[in-house]
Amino acid sequence: MRVRRLKILLGKPGLDGHDVGVKVLGHALSDAGFDVVYSGLRKPVERIVALAVENEVDVIGLSILSGTHLVLCEQMKREMKKRGLSIPWIVGGNIPDGDLEAIKTLGATAAFATGSRLEDVVGYLNTLAKDKTR
Amino acid sequence: MSKTGRKIDKADPGDVVLESGIKVDPLYTPESVARTGDPATIGKPGEYPFTRGIHPLMYRKRPFTIRQYAGFGTPTETHERFLYLIDNGQTGLNVAFDLPTQTGLDSDDPLATGEVGRVGMSVDTLADFEEVFEGIDLDKITVSLTINGAAITLVAMYLAVAQKYGFDLKHLRGTAQNDILKEFIGRGTWVFPVDPSVKLVVDIMEYCAREVPKYSPVSVCGYHIRESGANPVQEIAYAYCIAKAYVDEMLKRGLAIDDFASRLSFNFDIHGNFFEQIAKFRGARRLWAKIIKEDYGATDDKSGWLRMIAGGGGGGLTKEQPENNIARSAYYALVSALSGTQTMALCSYDEAYTIPTEKAAEISLRTMQILIHEMGICDTVDPLGGSYYVETLTNQMESAIKRQMEEVDARGGIVKLVASGDIQKTVSRQAYEREKAIEEGRVLKVGLNCYRKAEDTRPVGFHAYSEANARKQIARLNDVRKRRDAERVKKTLEQIRQDARDNRNLMPAVVEAVKAYASVGEITKTLKDVYGEYQEPIYF
Repeated sequence: MRVRRLKILLGKPGLDGHDVGVKVLGHALSDAGFDVVYSGLRKPVERIVALAVENEVDVIGLSILSGTHLVLCEQMKREMKKRGLSIPWIVGGNIPDGDLEAIKTLGATAAFATGSRLEDVVGYLNTLAKDKTR
Repeated sequence: MSKTGRKIDKADPGDVVLESGIKVDPLYTPESVARTGDPATIGKPGEYPFTRGIHPLMYRKRPFTIRQYAGFGTPTETHERFLYLIDNGQTGLNVAFDLPTQTGLDSDDPLATGEVGRVGMSVDTLADFEEVFEGIDLDKITVSLTINGAAITLVAMYLAVAQKYGFDLKHLRGTAQNDILKEFIGRGTWVFPVDPSVKLVVDIMEYCAREVPKYSPVSVCGYHIRESGANPVQEIAYAYCIAKAYVDEMLKRGLAIDDFASRLSFNFDIHGNFFEQIAKFRGARRLWAKIIKEDYGATDDKSGWLRMIAGGGGGGLTKEQPENNIARSAYYALVSALSGTQTMALCSYDEAYTIPTEKAAEISLRTMQILIHEMGICDTVDPLGGSYYVETLTNQMESAIKRQMEEVDARGGIVKLVASGDIQKTVSRQAYEREKAIEEGRVLKVGLNCYRKAEDTRPVGFHAYSEANARKQIARLNDVRKRRDAERVKKTLEQIRQDARDNRNLMPAVVEAVKAYASVGEITKTLKDVYGEYQEPIYF
């Protein structure tokens, strides 16, 4: 039985200011019963991971639309390793099909390209976070 | 929600409600026009209140300016791209900057890793602008700078480069986006807290009003507000409230409305219901003329001209069946021309998922040229004027925009509502509701939630990023740093710091600093030392 609401940190790493998608997802997750923490724009990866730890979140979602996803996912992989963390993280944004697998190789459990359905992303996160808190 | 696309049943036409909340009748008559407004205000083009256009002859005299958004990589690449666009008949340039430049960072800043030259051209110092604009006739080609958070530095650079190449500032035209308030709502390239951010916008406006009188120092953007989830009425209403906030500050500085209002310009979005957008622009044009004349007491008619760039918005495009976006954009271009825009730009068909490829950008350019040269769109002014539906809807949109503006004022004004995050919360909630409506099939998008095919292909042809170019740009910056007069840089930066502390207009000091080859990052850092940085309101 769940004792608390599932908690997610939505992060905007890099300099990308496109936040419509991440906010839409934030509203959808709130409606789906998640406790949503949002980093705000232009946060270094180190800061996002620190926020995740401070807030004891179950899962991290990174939103990246400027095309820098591989650079930022490398940083994410390093930071998670450095801190010895195992919080699952996913990436959403403007990601070409060819990069979806590369992102998973860097440690993300999933990557959602623009055009993904909210229902699918929320469904995935539900399963992921529940597996973790079980 | 719009029910466009549903099957019309003659026995029960049902309700059709536009995104703006206005109900559409099956038929409009002269009585509809009279019931919703004063038919006398339709008037003539070129005459107050300009419902039908700000010029008597509009495109008959000169077609709208075509100004596609472009720029990527190093200044050298962007320079070549600009020459290509001009050769292909583009009559204005709209400069895209990379994110480090837009957020006031140098190319060698750790936060800029992977971003240099990616979504636009990278600019560190005046040397970059010297290369980009070399050999371009800045008297003939009007240049628009899409810059906000770092606008003061980039506008100063533009003025400096124009002067260097022998253009007279008294006659220099062009536009800077320089609308920071909308950056807090959408687009997100803010740097400083809200109040000093507004001060910097107005510093540029004030300086230009006095020194570069033909330059448009601000382009107030409903575009990005709409893209963030606002409906068409909110798009215009929020933009007008923002424009009024800048105007009010200019008046406080002792300028008269007629000294600067004619240089205000606007940037609006087109997607969604065809007639709703056209009526939005016609109603908005009339309302702006009234605001400037009646609320601000302008006596020069030009002060109340709604001068706009209105283009096909990315928000209407889909990643699914991307070629359909070519058709969508052509309709958006038609909306724009039928609305009497001054300048047009279209998102390219692949822009829903990448920086436009050259081919896609060319199709956009040709779409607008086809409209001008083949469709007879320039032959007569405001061809929809007098349509019972369009005039009625124009009346209704004008009233709705006015009501929305009053609501903003009643809640404490736009600056307060942006600083608190209230506007952002409203529009992002709407974006969510709309996304849900699309997923649930209540709003139809062709090729996305209807008319899908099993064999629909995923888009290909993404814009490639060059690490080598990023390294080249950093080397360039280091080279400039070595060659410049370090003492002069230090002195000019110190002057900026002093003027910021003393609350003086910062433009003169920034112009001196860019002429000394101080970098975007150095100037922004100096201002951050005084003003601090914006802290985003979080509202989930």
